Amino acid sequence: MADNPPPPRTRVVLGDAAARRRPADPARTDLAEQTPVGEALVKGLVRAQLALALRLSLVVVAGLGALPLLFAVAPAVGRLKVFGAQLPWLLLGVLSFPFLMLVGVAYVHWAERNEQDFTAVVRRPER
Amino acid sequence: MNPYLLPSLIVVILVTVAIGAYGLRFARTTSDFLVASRSVSPSWNAAAISGEYLSAASFLGVAGLILRYGAEVLWYPVGFAAGYLALLLFVAAPLRRSGAFTLPDFCEVRLRSTRLRRLATAFVLFIGCLYLLPQLQGAGLTFATVTGGSYAWGALLIGVVVTGNVAFGGMRAITFVQAFQYWLKLTALAVPIMFLIFQWQADGRPAVTPPAGAVFPVATSVVIERDAVLDGVGPVTAGETLHFAAGAPVPRVDTVDAKFGVDWLQPGSESGLFSTYSLILATFLGTMGLPHVLVRFYTNPDGASARRTTLVVLAMVGLFYLLPTLYGVLGRVYTPQLLMTGRTDAVVLLLPEAALGGGHLGRLLGALVTAGALAAFLSTSSGLLTSVAGVIFTDVLRPGRSGSVRDFRLATLLAAVVPIVLAMFVSDMDVSRVVGLAFAVAASSFCPLLVLGIWWRGLTAAGATAGILVGGGSAVVAVLVTVLGAELPSGLAEFIGQPAAWTVPLAFLVMVVVSLLTSRRVPADVGATMLRLHAPESLRG
Repeated sequence: MADNPPPPRTRVVLGDAAARRRPADPARTDLAEQTPVGEALVKGLVRAQLALALRLSLVVVAGLGALPLLFAVAPAVGRLKVFGAQLPWLLLGVLSFPFLMLVGVAYVHWAERNEQDFTAVVRRPER
Repeated sequence: MNPYLLPSLIVVILVTVAIGAYGLRFARTTSDFLVASRSVSPSWNAAAISGEYLSAASFLGVAGLILRYGAEVLWYPVGFAAGYLALLLFVAAPLRRSGAFTLPDFCEVRLRSTRLRRLATAFVLFIGCLYLLPQLQGAGLTFATVTGGSYAWGALLIGVVVTGNVAFGGMRAITFVQAFQYWLKLTALAVPIMFLIFQWQADGRPAVTPPAGAVFPVATSVVIERDAVLDGVGPVTAGETLHFAAGAPVPRVDTVDAKFGVDWLQPGSESGLFSTYSLILATFLGTMGLPHVLVRFYTNPDGASARRTTLVVLAMVGLFYLLPTLYGVLGRVYTPQLLMTGRTDAVVLLLPEAALGGGHLGRLLGALVTAGALAAFLSTSSGLLTSVAGVIFTDVLRPGRSGSVRDFRLATLLAAVVPIVLAMFVSDMDVSRVVGLAFAVAASSFCPLLVLGIWWRGLTAAGATAGILVGGGSAVVAVLVTVLGAELPSGLAEFIGQPAAWTVPLAFLVMVVVSLLTSRRVPADVGATMLRLHAPESLRG
């Protein structure tokens, strides 16, 4: 991140963002118009990122989303006490936040790795 | 009245204006005004996003809800924070890379449809107003509560301060203001709660839910606002003042909806499952559709930094949400009279003086939390106003390339007039409830549009339009029915009162089905758009 030079200052065009979409640089046009191969590369990246996002949201759904059902089906769990506090209060009021944070850190780590892989494949010199 | 109160409120307003004026020195172009020239660093940006997001509903409302309903509303803070995780996973980086500035812009970039763009504009304006109105009302009510002044003047004062600050400083100034206000809000809850917990320890840790029912910690007078029946006292009429000695049991008032004892301590049974899941769905998926949240992502320099910013926001917001729960719990011990009057939203404001007594410490901390509440109103309404004004500027005034700073100021004024006038005349809508409804509308209109637009090539303009109209439209109808207070049979009331559980899947379903039916109208350049949304910027040369 740090070794990239800051991008040049550009005027932001609001109303007609569509008009800005010109094939500005050859590298991007190349990739965009690269017929089956380029298309497949992009599809692969999108699929990898989507799979990652879905997998991690499944972790959240299993970890947090199942709790209301659990408390309703097994009220005994809701009555448990840990360190003098009721379990639901401890889980929702305190532990849920570091849990969300942890999932977020994992996502950023893997998503950046997916992008690095993609860049490496695209940048690979043709032989 | 608390002598520290007025000075602290004036200091907050002055510092806000001063930072706005300081930022103005850097604001030169329209781009500065709208996106701070995309040059804000992730940590500043994250503090600004958090400062903007933590509204009156978070600062006052969450603690009030927990005081009233206990374990089952713990989902509010969790959902408000988790919304940023959903945003991070599905939206943050691609949205920044799309290069669009507002939601209507995104529609145009992705689907090339002017009609869809107009529909999105209408929804942004609706959600913006729905969210701005309760902020101004909360500000007016707090002003009236703590200073004894009139409600309308409080709402008008905040409205004018916010409008002026946005109109003259725009996004560049607002970024600094919001970042300052995040730290102010965090301090304003974190410092008093430490003293409150020490006090609770020193008092011998009184039980939060004593088996014999709550008692008044000190002698208390309660003014009854509505005719009601009190158990143990009998019927009372409005305007009557009741006096209770220290240690007297707190009577329950039949007109105030609240939970007690085990019901408060433990999450709801199966009957509440539908509303719980509806709330979870609305808050988890609604955050990404809020106009003032999205607009902030365009101020990041690139997609990767948008992702990191979101992560820092998640941490900052999560840290903040640890605190309101504690206020709600301690309010159960020290301010039980709020459960009789029903003004539970005031618990954060009243708790320091109630627990620590009327000495200097209690009053000083009371002034600090009130200053934090003022910061909450100011920052959220500034952010909302900036984004609504941005949409009016680009889609209603349509200045094209010649758009000037003066046009942006005109747009700000136009965006502010309707909510301010409404807020002066409508004062009895519940802050947290209306904010929750805004989340439901956002979750059933913009969330499917963004998620499908970013991840699915097959989305068509017709599909997106149909999905927003059907899903978002039914959420809007449900909101209007709820806000206007129509009488509904009890089975239907739950579906209308918390609509997200059916409107969100409906919007996704309609969008997918109609897109499949019109699959010949998928934009021809969808491959290029996908590349632009997902490929790292370094590949753009």
